[in-house]
Formats: sequence, C-alpha cells, structure tokens
Amino acid sequence: MNTLISLTVYGLSDGALLALAALGFVLIYKATRVINFAQGEFLLVGAYMFYTAFVVMRLPLIFAAVFGVLVAIVLGVVVERFVLRPLIGEHAISVIMVTIGLSAVLRAIIQIFFGTAVREQPPILPTGTIQVAGATVPLNRLIVIGVAAIVLFAFTAFFQKSRHGVAMRAVADDQQAALTMGISVKRIFSLAWILAAISALIAGVLLADLSAVEQGIAAFGLMVFPVVILGGLDSVPGTVVGGLVIGLLKQYVSGYADPGLAEVIPYIVLVAILIVRPYGIFGETRIERV
Amino acid sequence: MATATGIHHRTYRSELRLRTTKAEYFRLALMLVLLLAAPYILDKYWLGIANVILISVIGAVGLNILVGFTGQISLGQGGFLAVGAFTSAIISDRAGVPVPISIAIAVIMTAAVGAFFGLPALRLKGLYLAIATLASQEIIMFVVRRWEWLTEGKGYLEVNRLQVGGFEVERRMFEVQWYWILLALAILAVVVARNLFRTTLGRSFMAVRDQDIAAEAIGVNITRAKVTAFAVSSGFVGLAGALTAHYTETVTWERFTLDVSVLYLAMIIVGGLGSIAGAVYGAIFMGLLPALLTELVDVLGSSVPALSDQLPALKNAVFGIAIIVFLLVEPRGLDRIWTRMKDYIRFWPFRY
Repeated sequence: MNTLISLTVYGLSDGALLALAALGFVLIYKATRVINFAQGEFLLVGAYMFYTAFVVMRLPLIFAAVFGVLVAIVLGVVVERFVLRPLIGEHAISVIMVTIGLSAVLRAIIQIFFGTAVREQPPILPTGTIQVAGATVPLNRLIVIGVAAIVLFAFTAFFQKSRHGVAMRAVADDQQAALTMGISVKRIFSLAWILAAISALIAGVLLADLSAVEQGIAAFGLMVFPVVILGGLDSVPGTVVGGLVIGLLKQYVSGYADPGLAEVIPYIVLVAILIVRPYGIFGETRIERV
Repeated sequence: MATATGIHHRTYRSELRLRTTKAEYFRLALMLVLLLAAPYILDKYWLGIANVILISVIGAVGLNILVGFTGQISLGQGGFLAVGAFTSAIISDRAGVPVPISIAIAVIMTAAVGAFFGLPALRLKGLYLAIATLASQEIIMFVVRRWEWLTEGKGYLEVNRLQVGGFEVERRMFEVQWYWILLALAILAVVVARNLFRTTLGRSFMAVRDQDIAAEAIGVNITRAKVTAFAVSSGFVGLAGALTAHYTETVTWERFTLDVSVLYLAMIIVGGLGSIAGAVYGAIFMGLLPALLTELVDVLGSSVPALSDQLPALKNAVFGIAIIVFLLVEPRGLDRIWTRMKDYIRFWPFRY
C-alpha cells in the first residue's frame, strides 16, 4: 500500500511535468502545424537560464523567474521568426528536420557555456516529507503537481477568456477564416512559440528542482511524444490525461516490474494507440480531401 | 546532345539513358580514376574515414529510397542498422556461416523487420508516421539492450576478422582491403538504387510520394508500394549495418541510437531528398564535417586553447547549423546546387 501511494505521487508529479512539456508542444502544433522535436531542449534552456539568473547572477527567486520568462520570450520569437517561418508550407520532413537541427544547436549552446557537469542549485521547493495515508512522500513532488495544475488551469482560462487566446483558437481552427476576420496569423504564430517556451521553462525549472540541472533534462522531451499521441496532438485537455497516464504507467511499471521496461513502455502504448485510434483520445479526426 | 540551349532528346531511347552528354561520361571517368587512386593517396586515418563514408553511402541511399522517393518519414534508421549488424555478426560467428551469406541473411532479415515496422505507414501519414517510427527505434533499442542472448550477457559483441574462403583481411592492409570491398558494395548499391527508379516499382514509389490518393486512383497498389518501400530501404540499411559490424569488429547498441537515425536523415536533407546522387553527397558531407572540424580546431587550437575543449559541443552546433542552413537556403540540397552549377556552365553565356 505504501509503495502504491508513493508510486502514485511520483507518477502524478512526473505526469504533471510531462503535461506541462506537452502543453507547449500541443500549442505549437495546434497553431502552426509544426512538430517540435526541440521541446526537450526548450526545457533544457529554461532550466539553465533560471539557473544562470538564480545561482550565477544571485538574483532573488522572483527576478530569476522574470529573467527566465524574458529569455523564453526572446527564444520563442527568434525561433519562430528566423527558423520556422521561412518553412511555412514546406513538406513535413523539412519542418521536422529543422526542429531536430534546432535541438542540436540549442544543446550545443548549453554545452559550450555550461559544460556537461551537473550543476548544483539550491532547492526552490520545500524538501521535507509528508505523511499521506501512512506513506512518506516528498513534499516537493506534491507541490509540483499543484503548480502544474495551476499553470494548466491558467492556460485553459487564457484560451477560453482572453482575446489572444480566442484568436489562437480561431487560427488553429481555420487560418484563412481567421485572417479575413482581421487576426494577425503571424503574431499568433509567434505567440504560440512564446507560450510554448514559457511552459517549457516552468516544466524545466520544476524538473531541475526534482532532479538536477543537467543535460539529461533534454531527454525528457522525447517522452512528450507518447503523451501527445495518447491525448491527441491538438488537444490541451489531452495533454493532462496523456501526461498523467504516461507518468503513472512509467512509475508503476518501474516500481512493480522492471525500470528498464518503464523506459520503453510509453512507446509500446504509443504504437498501440496509433494502430487503434491514431488521433488519440481527444484529438480531432481529420478527413483528408483531395 | 548538349547544345548551348539545353539537352533535347529526339528518341525515347535517348531520354531513358542515364547519361546523355560527353561531359557526364568525362566526369564519371574522372570520378572512377579518383576512387581507384584513393587508397594510394590517402593515409590510414583518411582511408578509415573514407570507409565509414562508404558504409554510410549505402545506408543513406537506403533511407533516401524511403524518405526522399516514397515520402515516408523514418526515424528508425538506427534500429534497422542494429538489426542488420546483430544478425550478420551472430549468424557468421556463432553459426559459422560464411560472411557473404550471413550478410545476405542480414539484408533479408532487416528487410522483413523494416516491412513489419512499416505497417503503421498503411494507416498513418507524415507527422504521425514519424512518431511511429520513433517508437520503433526505441523499441528495437530496448530489445537490443535487454535481450541478453544477443551479446551473451556482455553488452557488446566481438566480431571475427573478415574471412571469406581462403582470403582474410590482413592487419597491415586493413583499411585498404576494406576500402575495395566497401567501394564495390557501395557502387553496387548506388547502381541498384539508381535503376530501381527506372522500373514500375520505383515509379510507383514516387507516385505515392507525390500524391498517394491520386496514385491509387490510377491503379498503383499503395499497400504494396509502401510496404515494399520499407522493405527495400531497410534491406540497404541492413547491408550497411552488417558491414559496420564486420568492419568495426564490435557491435554495441551505442552505435545505433536515435542520434544515428537523425544523422542519416541529416545526410539526405543536406544531400538532397529524392536523389541517389544527393544521398552520396550528403553521406560524404556529413562524414567529412566532423573530421574537417577536428583538423580546423587542431590548427586553431594552438592560439585558442579553449577551442579544443569545446570540440564535441562545436561538432553538435555545426551539425545543427548545417541542417538548418540547408533547409532554409537550399531545401533540395547539395544535389540541386551541383545541378545549378553545371547548368550555369553548360548554358553560358545564356542565363538559362
């Protein structure tokens, strides 16, 4: 029973982070139809930028967060404007490869400036433990679940209520129609990348706080694919469900069966989903017209 | 015949020829001379790089058949290389089968595995297919890492020195002898692939790439075309994998990770999608890039010592930048650049 509870807490917190990382991915896909293979590197850049501000520059937590957000905005705008925009309308292979190239460049930049060694960062979240139904679980994992829930809720509210959020949904629905209604599609594209970079920043900082500031954060990005395929490539609620399911599944398999198998089980789920229901649980089924 | 205004065919026969101008025959002869002279000019280090390039030429040609000609994105290249390498190494060393036969079995085996993992392509397209092949890569890697029978629990395989009939590769002449073997196989692969696209099967691949629904409407069997494309492409990749195993004489899973899949995709992007020559140029470019970068850093290293510490990161950065720059500036790759240069000279003084 204790194992089950602690595995559940670990799974839910992993899942919450996956959902955050996947959120950025889905935002980009929804608005611009780009599959972003550099999502993990966005987490990496976010975590290292926060580290730079918080540890190297010794800024207070709040200013470090602001610095991270500023860098995320610049990163999102630059990447969208100079790398992805020239490729609008190109074949899917080109778009995928350019994000793969981008991921190599971002990883190399981090490696050049910070090296490959693990960086020490004082914990941001409280490190104590708490008793939940007889099991001891780390407090920071619980807080991560809470933070991710708040962020995901904020993003959902943004899409439902705010002007820009509604404009983004309009662009995702039909670019031509959105253009004729006076929405600047270019600006929405930039906005999608900025929001993705910010959600990646939050996920990266939280992930670094749970584990460490290191290059391995980028590998977390690959786990986004099972999550989004499960939830549906263009569904925001799907990221939450997909993230939590994959997070829990990994922890349960790792705890009860085999940690090595836990690394590959999300991909097996991915293939199964692709064969049974390619558009995921919440994804929009698209009919191809000639 | 080449005239100042371009090549004008008068018969179907001449249009079907692979080479039409004297200049093309001249370039072919020049290239052959250079290839034959290479082992006498290059030292061991560069010959080793040439050998690795020759292997990746085979792999890149195979991947281009799938991605460039059939339009099916594959991130599973590394996994298929692993299948070829392990199959050939195990069959030749443990079962004592002669190496040429074991390589042939590896090719068939990889083609079968490729066709199996290509089955999702029947339902999925584009982005979804890319993600499905990513999963196949991860699943194959998991099997390779965890199935202890493969490496007898050692985690890696040692492969015997190549021995065919009475002939055994000598230690002293290792790179040179391998160069001849790999050159012959690479040329064979290129010729086979080049001619594949003059057949009905090859044309049906291209029809599927250009518009699969239209292709089906004019009577192309899409199911067959897609599965065959995966099988043929994986066959080439399996050959490359098997050769890697026998050439490097060790097989470990680290050689076949997702990074390798990405490297091969980068080769065909840089070289030119949907072009056999492009796959060759791309393999050469991506093979030489790290070596030349190392040379450059060695030269500059004396004045800027920090540079040599950053070499791995620099290689990554240059790799990524090369992909991005090619996609933004010349999405059709080196092959297109080369064609444009040739056209410029051929039509001179006219612009086109």
